[in-house]
Amino acid sequence: MTSATSTPFFDRTFLGLAGALIALLIGGLFLPQWALSFGSVALYLGIVVLGMALLMRTGLVSFGQGLYYCLGAYAAGTLDHFFSLSDLLLMVVAGALLAGVVAGILGLLLSKYRDIFFAMLSLAFSMILYGLLVKTSQLGSTDGFGLSVKTFAGVALSPAHTRYVIFAFASVLAFGCAVFMHRYWCSHLGRLATAIRDNELRVEYMGESVQRVIHLNYVISAAMAGIGGALMAGAIGHVDPETTANWTTSGEFVFIAILGGTGSVFAPFFGAGIFEAVRTFALERFPNTWQMTLGITMLLVMIFLPGGLWSAFRARRRIA
Amino acid sequence: MATILEAKGLSKSFGAVTAANDINARIEQDSVVGLIGSNGAGKTTFINMVTGYLKPSAGHILYQDRDITGMLPRKIAQLGICRSFQIPQLFNTLSVYENIRVGVGIAARAGTPSQKPTDQSAHAEIERLIEDFGLGSYRSQLAGLLPEGVRKSLDIAMAVAGKPRVLLLDEPTSGVSAEEKFRLMDMVMAALAAQRVTVLFVEHDMDIVSRYTHRILAFYEGRIIADGEPKLVLDHADVRRYVIGEPLHPTGKEAPRAAH
Repeated sequence: MTSATSTPFFDRTFLGLAGALIALLIGGLFLPQWALSFGSVALYLGIVVLGMALLMRTGLVSFGQGLYYCLGAYAAGTLDHFFSLSDLLLMVVAGALLAGVVAGILGLLLSKYRDIFFAMLSLAFSMILYGLLVKTSQLGSTDGFGLSVKTFAGVALSPAHTRYVIFAFASVLAFGCAVFMHRYWCSHLGRLATAIRDNELRVEYMGESVQRVIHLNYVISAAMAGIGGALMAGAIGHVDPETTANWTTSGEFVFIAILGGTGSVFAPFFGAGIFEAVRTFALERFPNTWQMTLGITMLLVMIFLPGGLWSAFRARRRIA
Repeated sequence: MATILEAKGLSKSFGAVTAANDINARIEQDSVVGLIGSNGAGKTTFINMVTGYLKPSAGHILYQDRDITGMLPRKIAQLGICRSFQIPQLFNTLSVYENIRVGVGIAARAGTPSQKPTDQSAHAEIERLIEDFGLGSYRSQLAGLLPEGVRKSLDIAMAVAGKPRVLLLDEPTSGVSAEEKFRLMDMVMAALAAQRVTVLFVEHDMDIVSRYTHRILAFYEGRIIADGEPKLVLDHADVRRYVIGEPLHPTGKEAPRAAH
């Protein structure tokens, strides 16, 4: 039910996110190392997909989000590898900035395209970066290069705690991005996304520049992909073109977005967690046919929960 | 009265087809003007040129003495010329409330900072539009699921949400049942009464045109063939023949040709 124009800051979504953050921060202290790694993957993939969800709300599917994921990862890697700046906070800021600036430039062109043209052009840009990286021996070509996180905001990290710090920082960033996105979706500018998806002609005739809104949303989604990429680089300790800029990685983001759904800021993280769990399970049990397991999972979701896995919770709430 | 909108020698051709041919008209502020003519006479082309969807092949459009020819639709909307559509252009996956909220929000952004409404005043404005256009019982329904007549009302309400100085309505009563037409037009006119809005609307129903307008522009083959008070225009011989479709001499020389 729509009543007032604004929603209070401390609404149910905010409280849910805050509760999840506290649970992650405290629970993380007791989790084994493998669980912290798993959680970090779900969180940084979720941040990337949250940005994708914004584009999808605007009616656009990017098949090239790996471009910004890769820029974020390489920004983080380069800081450590070439400048000996091994600070996680700095890496993430650099990743977000580089991705945002590049999206600001490419967005000038991309914001003029829609549908399959937008999808394919975004894919083309990511493949250009992939091609460049593969040929750049200074950046390790196809092998990429390794990096390590040694400090956080200037505070030295002991190897025993690094994994928890990365997990905790990923949790805080996921919380921050989710709160930002939730507030954005409740704002006039954020609400325009759905209006543009439904009828951009009308939005123009009402006096708003559709291209400008798409450009802004594109930059926001890219910055989130950059944050995710930088976190990934810090967590894995290695960057390479194949797992970042290649189209299969971009495809995974689309996969997770559809798996989780775009109806809520929780959905991308939930989708990413399920995706990572299914992939890990399938890789272990069916090492030669693990893609098939993912394929069947997607098939079942599309048939039974076309709004994504998260919509199952929503449907139940409505009935209750 | 002051002229708010002026067309000077407006022409538009699409290849060999001339949709507008040297259209000249001055629209006075606060007037209600009906645009009539058969299909393809150039009424919608005229509206599309004024709102920036089509760029005229020749001629100029002046709004408050400012040349707006060829400006983008959103720039023209920001200046205060808003339109509705013959086929309602809604945000189908948003509720009625949200559809209007988008319009109110965009208008607020275009305004100067001092005019920016608070959340409460925006909400009040949305509610007022919902009431003015009889949308109260549909407030939370998705626009894509509304009956056609309601879609039409919502489409016009969304144009009014833009706080227009000039409002162009493209066939506001098409697709609306005969008995609903007057109710819809009464509603539109009542909603606009409080504001100073100049209204131009395309209409095929001559009863509606003569009841609500101060003036009529009659279009035929891209030209304005009559312009003036409703009664005079509707009695004009060319208008009766080309627009309303009456034979000039029902029992005269043309009858044998028709039977031929």
